[in-house]
Amino acid sequence: MTRVMPIAMRFDLQRAEFRLTVDVEVPGQGVTALFGRSGCGKTTLLRCVAGLEPTVRGRLRVHGEAWQDAERFVPAHQRPVGYVFQEGQLFPHLTVLGNLLYGYRRIPAERRIVQPDDVTRLLGLEGLLERRTSQISGGQRQRVAMGRALLTSPRVLLMDEPLAALDQISKAEILPYLERLHEELSIPVLYVSHAIEEVARLADHMLLMEEGRIQAQGPLRDLITRADLPLVHGEQASAVLIGDALSHLDDDHLSCIHLPGGMLYVPRVTDPNRDQLRVRVLARDVSVARQPPLPSSILNCLQCEVVEIVDDPHPGHCLLKLKLGEQHLLSRITRRSRQQLALETGDTVWASVKGVALT
Amino acid sequence: MMPEWISPQDLEALWLTLRLAGVSTVVLLILSTPLALWLARTKSRFKLAIESVVALPLVLPPTVLGFYLLLLLGSQGPIQALGGPALAFTFTGLVIGSVFYSLPFVVQPLQNAFAGIERGTLEAAACLRAGPWDRFCSIVLPLSQRGFLTAITLGFAHTLGEFGVVLMIGGNIPGETQVVSIAIYDHVEAVDYASAHVLSGLLLALSFLMLFALYTINGRIKMVLP
Repeated sequence: MTRVMPIAMRFDLQRAEFRLTVDVEVPGQGVTALFGRSGCGKTTLLRCVAGLEPTVRGRLRVHGEAWQDAERFVPAHQRPVGYVFQEGQLFPHLTVLGNLLYGYRRIPAERRIVQPDDVTRLLGLEGLLERRTSQISGGQRQRVAMGRALLTSPRVLLMDEPLAALDQISKAEILPYLERLHEELSIPVLYVSHAIEEVARLADHMLLMEEGRIQAQGPLRDLITRADLPLVHGEQASAVLIGDALSHLDDDHLSCIHLPGGMLYVPRVTDPNRDQLRVRVLARDVSVARQPPLPSSILNCLQCEVVEIVDDPHPGHCLLKLKLGEQHLLSRITRRSRQQLALETGDTVWASVKGVALT
Repeated sequence: MMPEWISPQDLEALWLTLRLAGVSTVVLLILSTPLALWLARTKSRFKLAIESVVALPLVLPPTVLGFYLLLLLGSQGPIQALGGPALAFTFTGLVIGSVFYSLPFVVQPLQNAFAGIERGTLEAAACLRAGPWDRFCSIVLPLSQRGFLTAITLGFAHTLGEFGVVLMIGGNIPGETQVVSIAIYDHVEAVDYASAHVLSGLLLALSFLMLFALYTINGRIKMVLP
């Protein structure tokens, strides 16, 4: 296995009422989410990596190449990045094809690893190439923006909330393309988002940001279940589980995922080639029992160990962190249930999962 | 063979006027493009002062502008005192006067066009490997076509109609500095209304045709670009 060099960044940027100070290394592969609420500096950090903030001080190394240090600042147009802007920023005077080839034509032929035909197929743009950018939908525009960035064969892909300006239908249309990008291309992605659903679905690694600083960073599955971080609070608190796809039950339209504490049934997976499946389970959809449950309409039941019990901001609730093998699950239950079951850390419980979102 | 309906001297004035407008427009474009780019993007505290200076010819009587230019370019002026050439009463002097006189008509449409291009569009081009000059040619120029067309037409047409500045710094030397507007003035003074009619009619038709062409082409571009 070849070692992938990390992306090492140390930035200090002073704005009128905001300061970004960051010193962090992220993996040189997979999707790293920059997550935090609006105004926390995620987009600014992305712009620093792209070279769009010339006043930033610091240092940046990508795949072992220095893009910025004390002596040099490689300007944006000489950095091998692909940047997908929130609003797409397509060029209105060019057709879809003209937009796609804008960057492709500007890199030397021997560096053109990604080819136009592959990108148009991967992103489903075949029928749109001659259209004007004003004649296509928001979702299509974002796909063109992604294709255009990919066609520069970038060493790193920077995506600034590419779904934020889209309605639910367009989001649903684009997410599968993003997942395909993730699976088929080996380009590392820095993905800015403030939507945990998106992050949980796409990211492998996560940088949690607050007021211009990195609050925490690590593998996504660890971070979103860490009890000392705000992600475990609120309605969207969830865990991501990864398991082997064991079998498909065609008659019941279900697929079966093998996990350390048991099995999870999910809606039938249509792609037969996926042998690993990733699911997101909301904490509010998980209930626990002391004994293996009696037969019920809830199919999914996993045996696990309580490793942490934390207070929820809601005074009537508390949060259990459950361990299955090396993975974790969250369960939000009422304090009253906890007292009645006399739950303590170290106890073995059976977790019933009401809903599973396949990601 | 000279046409009979126009005198050789008037023809010369007409040719001189077109040459003056053409040369001035080219000089104006070369000077105004970087100035308008700077004005459209800068946050400098000098911006408002520079904008006001550029707009001055819109409100100043041309004679005032011409008077100061005469002092600057004339035989007692600082340019000659520093060893420069005598520019008053020459074609070059006229070009300098016209450039000042028509500056706002070229800078303002360009500035508006450049300001209409989002910073993000240019950043997107930069992230697609386009350097500064490449961005100017491949993004700024095509997206500000209408601004350039308006600037060229207004700059040219406005220079055609110049009178006061020319009179002050160029005088009325046939073949050297006599432009159409001054020739018309001379004809009227001499009660030669027929010649005044010919030149006035030509200038009127030319100006109308240029503006009409401008509005037609701009309408077409608008339909193509959102």
